[in-house]
Amino acid sequence: MNNLNFETIFQSKIDEETKIEPKDWMPEAYRKTLIRQISQHAHSEIVGMLPEGNWITRAPSLRRKLILLAKVQDEAGHGLYLYSAAETLGADRDDLVQQLLTGKAKYSSIFNYPTLNWADIGAIGWLVDGAAIMNQVMLTRTSYGPYARAMVRICKEESFHQRQGYEIMIAMAKGSPEQKAMAQDSLNRWWWPSLMMFGPNDSDSTHSDQALKWKIKRKSNDELRQQFVDVTVPQAEYLGLTVPDPDLRWNEERGHYDFGEINWDEFWSVVKGNGPCNRQRLQARVKAYEDGAWVRDAATAYAEKKEQRKLAPEATAKAA
Amino acid sequence: MKNTWPLWEVFIRSKSGLSHKHVGSLHAADAEMALENARDLYTRRNEGISIWVVESKHITASDPDDSDPLFDPAKDKIYRHPTFYNVPDEVTHM
Repeated sequence: MNNLNFETIFQSKIDEETKIEPKDWMPEAYRKTLIRQISQHAHSEIVGMLPEGNWITRAPSLRRKLILLAKVQDEAGHGLYLYSAAETLGADRDDLVQQLLTGKAKYSSIFNYPTLNWADIGAIGWLVDGAAIMNQVMLTRTSYGPYARAMVRICKEESFHQRQGYEIMIAMAKGSPEQKAMAQDSLNRWWWPSLMMFGPNDSDSTHSDQALKWKIKRKSNDELRQQFVDVTVPQAEYLGLTVPDPDLRWNEERGHYDFGEINWDEFWSVVKGNGPCNRQRLQARVKAYEDGAWVRDAATAYAEKKEQRKLAPEATAKAA
Repeated sequence: MKNTWPLWEVFIRSKSGLSHKHVGSLHAADAEMALENARDLYTRRNEGISIWVVESKHITASDPDDSDPLFDPAKDKIYRHPTFYNVPDEVTHM
């Protein structure tokens, strides 16, 4: 069978919603696209621990601290589920990590914004995780089996993340005037970057068409963004907060909210490395990797020592 | 330095009476660490009561391209299924 036949069979499997599994034949470009997308997703989870980790020691109560710790631990777990999915495609874990540390691989730009105060932890859970959930719920139906299965696990856990964030927002928005002002300030700063998380407009998105044909993605960037705006605006209203967009209004005819133009210059500038925290984030990852080297070495040495001890009695017996 | 920790596949029994089921993989220096990491990674929300880990290199998998010759022989043996047989309505408990 030539490649053309393989490709026809591959596409017909996708069309009839049969999942692609690791050892199945797949076009090289499909494999490459998935490795790129899954590893970027994994990097995002790992870097995503940093803005929130910033507030663990300053959480306002033990309850909030325990919750935030559990959430940050989940983000590490999500990163690991995803790296493991990428490895089923033949990617090497160490190569993927090196691509992140050298700045070769991208991660979600949202994590290049700073967490200035406690309300930001609420806004991240509510808006950033909320936007991520839109994308991730779609990805539970992605065509590649291991990626879809990782997403099912992740989505179950993300729901806790979003709710704990919204609970923080409720506490602050219904609290003192100062707390409410902090909540509003936080919404002002996180709203637009959250909308940017869905990526460029469909008309400017380079990877979209093929990704939709292969059912890696099931919805376009603009569809997901609209869905996010539609569900989030009423949540902001409940909080008594104002979404920072003068053009935001319900469009009866479309049955959706209309919203203002995203500042794409800012988007591309952050993607290209010039956001408020790009350098700091990468430095933190490199430092964690380097500082952890002795731990990895020690674990390897200990495993070898244990292995030797297991083998030693056997060797003695043979010699006798 | 290259990370030399091998890859392990993780299987979880979610409750007594059910089989272990594959949940994913992880890297660990040895079996003991693989178990500990699997506990932290795959059972943070009471997903299991028992964990198996096996180094990925020890798993032999069938080739999906051979799935036709492998599984075809079972396809035409419908007489292996109870529904193949007609049981008269008068006959019960069968």
